[in-house]
Amino acid sequence: MSKLSIPVRKFDAVIVGAGGSGLRAAIQLSEAGLKTAVLSKVFPTRSHTVAAQGGVSASLGNSEEDHWHWHMYDTVKGSDWLGDQDAIEYMCRKAPEVVVELEHFGMPFDRTDEGKIYQRPFGGHMSNFGEKPVRRACAAADRTGHAMLHALYQRNVRANTQFFVEWMALDLIRDESGQVLGVIALEMETGEVVAFHAKATVFATGGAGRIFYSSTNAFINTGDGLGMAARAGIALEDMEFWQFHPTGVAGAGVLITEGVRGEGGILRNSTNERFMERYAPNAKDLASRDVVSRAMVTEINEGRGCGPNKDFVLLDITHLDPATIMKRLPGIREISIQFAGIDPIKAPIPVVPTCHYQMGGVPTNYKGQVVSDNGTPVRGFYAAGEVACASVHGANRLGTNSLLDLLVFGKASGDTVIEDVRSGELGLKDLPANFADFTMTRLNRLNTQTGGANVNETRLELQRTMQKHCGVFRFKDMLVEGVAKILEIEKAVARTEIKDKSQVWNTARVEALELDNLIEVAKATMVSAEARKESRGAHVRDDAPDTAANPNGRDDVGWHKHTLWHRDGNQLKYKPVIMKPLSVESIALKTRSY
Amino acid sequence: MEDRQRLNRLRWRCTRRAMLEMDLLLGEFLDRVFPTLTPAQADSFVALADMEDLELWPLVNGSRECADPVQAEVLALLRTVRVK
Repeated sequence: MSKLSIPVRKFDAVIVGAGGSGLRAAIQLSEAGLKTAVLSKVFPTRSHTVAAQGGVSASLGNSEEDHWHWHMYDTVKGSDWLGDQDAIEYMCRKAPEVVVELEHFGMPFDRTDEGKIYQRPFGGHMSNFGEKPVRRACAAADRTGHAMLHALYQRNVRANTQFFVEWMALDLIRDESGQVLGVIALEMETGEVVAFHAKATVFATGGAGRIFYSSTNAFINTGDGLGMAARAGIALEDMEFWQFHPTGVAGAGVLITEGVRGEGGILRNSTNERFMERYAPNAKDLASRDVVSRAMVTEINEGRGCGPNKDFVLLDITHLDPATIMKRLPGIREISIQFAGIDPIKAPIPVVPTCHYQMGGVPTNYKGQVVSDNGTPVRGFYAAGEVACASVHGANRLGTNSLLDLLVFGKASGDTVIEDVRSGELGLKDLPANFADFTMTRLNRLNTQTGGANVNETRLELQRTMQKHCGVFRFKDMLVEGVAKILEIEKAVARTEIKDKSQVWNTARVEALELDNLIEVAKATMVSAEARKESRGAHVRDDAPDTAANPNGRDDVGWHKHTLWHRDGNQLKYKPVIMKPLSVESIALKTRSY
Repeated sequence: MEDRQRLNRLRWRCTRRAMLEMDLLLGEFLDRVFPTLTPAQADSFVALADMEDLELWPLVNGSRECADPVQAEVLALLRTVRVK
């Protein structure tokens, strides 16, 4: 193949993504004097980390006794024992250090009267190995993610990190040995395609929640890092595990907080029945998230959904005093009016279980190195945050561990890069002669496609298929059908057509390139979910029910292992869960119950 | 920069934001209301779209007052948007 020439810029390290993990990694690298480039589709403080409001966990023990080992236990349990215990120990031990560091970077944490970081209780945070709730979450009011991004960005400005804003990374550059030598990226303002040639490449691109029709994720979360990794022959790990929230506004995905049910909100089906009475006679509408989500999906699947497509249920607060709604739930009323077109004082809100967080990702170890199937690091390649699977979240994520994950592994990946560069392990290897061919062929195909598929319609088809066939509650036949459907959609994605062929600010091109990434994540998710014949954490199958032999449908004999999906032939491999922590005893398998 | 390119850039900045709520709202506004704005209102909207989501949201939901009269007009229009 001929060499297609594009401009090349050289750096010690290139980081893709400027959310929490990318910015945290960049601080390590820039402060160590490495010439560091950070590429982002948006201005850094507009990254989706802003949406994380709950807090960041660390066993500081500021309010009451706490210990990283208890935090570790909660995380292993939350992961339904699919998390790797070396990475979980590392994260929980490092938590106090990275939170205090963040405080020193200027993070405005809420404080106790004595001036310490205030800590509040959060679901699943317990003391003494699951005994009783403990206050472990550190927050900056309900703006934790926003405040964190600002503190990290300012520190990067001080450290002279070089930002490339409104650039989209397109593909990884790998040589014949498999070493990663940088990325090829597109500048939106000019349409120019440039190679970022680097000793080290760090992916911090966030999640891919936009593969689902109903998602709380911002539009930016199109799994760009996952798509690039998959196209470059890197496996994606545990992609069947996605966290869902029971009540997102149908169609829009905007979250309706659990507080609405707390205030007396009732879920109803198309016959106006309060169906939760059948599924959870005691807790009813206040049952746990997974019970409520499963009941909602069962109602929809059995034909008792509402609307013309019978694809949502209703959250009813019309029986509440309007004054109570105005006083206790004013924000929810606003959201309902703007995003569902419904005033909840007068009519019920259409809701569906909605995708929230991706537990799987690019396989990494606790040092932030991307690893191949046998666990050996891929030279020159690192990842952190939601794009990575360390794996600390396993089959389900403990609340407030997402912000912790990006601080700990953002920093760890930065430290490992510094070590690898300084030890001489990584130099600036020559680029292969044909390094740009794959990307330029992809762009050329898009520019010259005629009679092809519409990008918006194809994306919608993908999202609806994922929602229907691979949502919060999964069914054998639906998954089998889902695999066939998603492989059909892949054919359409391969022949998307854009009318606008211009160079400057061609957003149609960028959206088509985002779809190329979404399809890789969708395939990985659907194929991995179809294959895993048990229920574990957030992956719940109708044909893997709760039995004495397999409590909660979890089958440790057959399925206590990580999935590795390969793009080539949709091949699945598996690898063992790391049960050995770094310094403490293993937390043995046990039924997960709260 | 041509008008079309400027509009594409604005579209990107309206629909690739930190929060889903703002992606939906600003995207819908751009399609339905933006073409009907006066030049002063259009400039004001561009300035609003440049704000960060957690600064803009309180202005949109009315929990924070807006002193600028043109911006107040645009915010009032933004509040009328219903995402389909």
